[in-house]
Amino acid sequence: MAAATGGMKGFYMVLGVVAVAGLAVLGYQLSRSSSAGIPANVAILPSDTAGFRGYVLGSDSAPVEIVEYADYQCPWCAQFALVTFPDVEERLIKTGRLRWRYVDHPLDGIHRHARTSAHAAACAEEQGKFWPVHKLIYQGQDDWANGNAAKVIRGYAEAAQLDLSRYDQCMESARYAGRIEASLREGIALGVNGTPTFLIAGRLVGQAGATYDRIRAVVDSLSAAAPK
Amino acid sequence: MKWRMAAALLSLLGIFVAAYLYLYKLGKIGTLACGTGGCETVQLSRWSRFLGVDVALIGLIGYAGLLVLTVLSLQPRFTADRRIVQLIALASGVGVLFAAYLTALELFVIHAICRWCVASAVIITAIFACALLGLRRPPAAT
Repeated sequence: MAAATGGMKGFYMVLGVVAVAGLAVLGYQLSRSSSAGIPANVAILPSDTAGFRGYVLGSDSAPVEIVEYADYQCPWCAQFALVTFPDVEERLIKTGRLRWRYVDHPLDGIHRHARTSAHAAACAEEQGKFWPVHKLIYQGQDDWANGNAAKVIRGYAEAAQLDLSRYDQCMESARYAGRIEASLREGIALGVNGTPTFLIAGRLVGQAGATYDRIRAVVDSLSAAAPK
Repeated sequence: MKWRMAAALLSLLGIFVAAYLYLYKLGKIGTLACGTGGCETVQLSRWSRFLGVDVALIGLIGYAGLLVLTVLSLQPRFTADRRIVQLIALASGVGVLFAAYLTALELFVIHAICRWCVASAVIITAIFACALLGLRRPPAAT
């Protein structure tokens, strides 16, 4: 009986230790969340998405639209943005043949600064500087991905000549958190499960299917099929 | 007795896994530690609710109930009582079936794997196994 009582004591001690450890981990996760700045999984209000369909580049009258679902902290997205996209922009978007729509798809589980960077770009858009800051964020991915992302990306806002007091206020308010969440859910609802993913002519395509030549071929094909 | 103890410890672990996922659903935890990136896909899908209730909350309540039952089963007045272990086996068996249904959804419908959901499925299966092993070995009379 005494041995059994001793065994129960040991069991309750182990149970207590597991309980304390579990509570500590949950507490840490909660505190980490509050310091992360831009919350995920927030409630989406109608005002978050009113009139917003992603960041659009190109003419409204362009016969073809491609939607890109991407995450600023994703290396493949950076590669596409810096290697392929400049050609697409110069030869297809600026010539009025293609309209581009960029939609945030932050992969929080593997990219802890995905929301912060997406939100910084949203704050840049508020001042009409989305695309320059978008490019700077991708160019500097290695510099902020493993460091103080908010501080490094603020430097890009400064380099792009944003009004920094407005930018800071925008970041502190986290007012685009709902919009980013809505963008993420749009992608998930479509079946996007990795980045970058492109919606081209109604089909989801991964990075391998989004070389300049393939995009141009699609634009050529759809332009030919479009009503004149 | 050791199987009942193991089941109690596993139930406590299950509570923390379910609480972690439920806090995420409530928006209290910004990001899930999930190397595959599939956790958000699963947690934000329409399958993350069952009959209008968050699956994570169902798990939390289920594990809490199992913890109460398993700790009760260790009390002197219940050590000779096999009915409480049968109840644990029944409850965890229902949990195993529910976890199998959710895992099938992940694999064949959502096409994304949430490793925390897998962890929960493993835990509930282990609790079920402990309950069955506990039933095989009637407690010694005191």
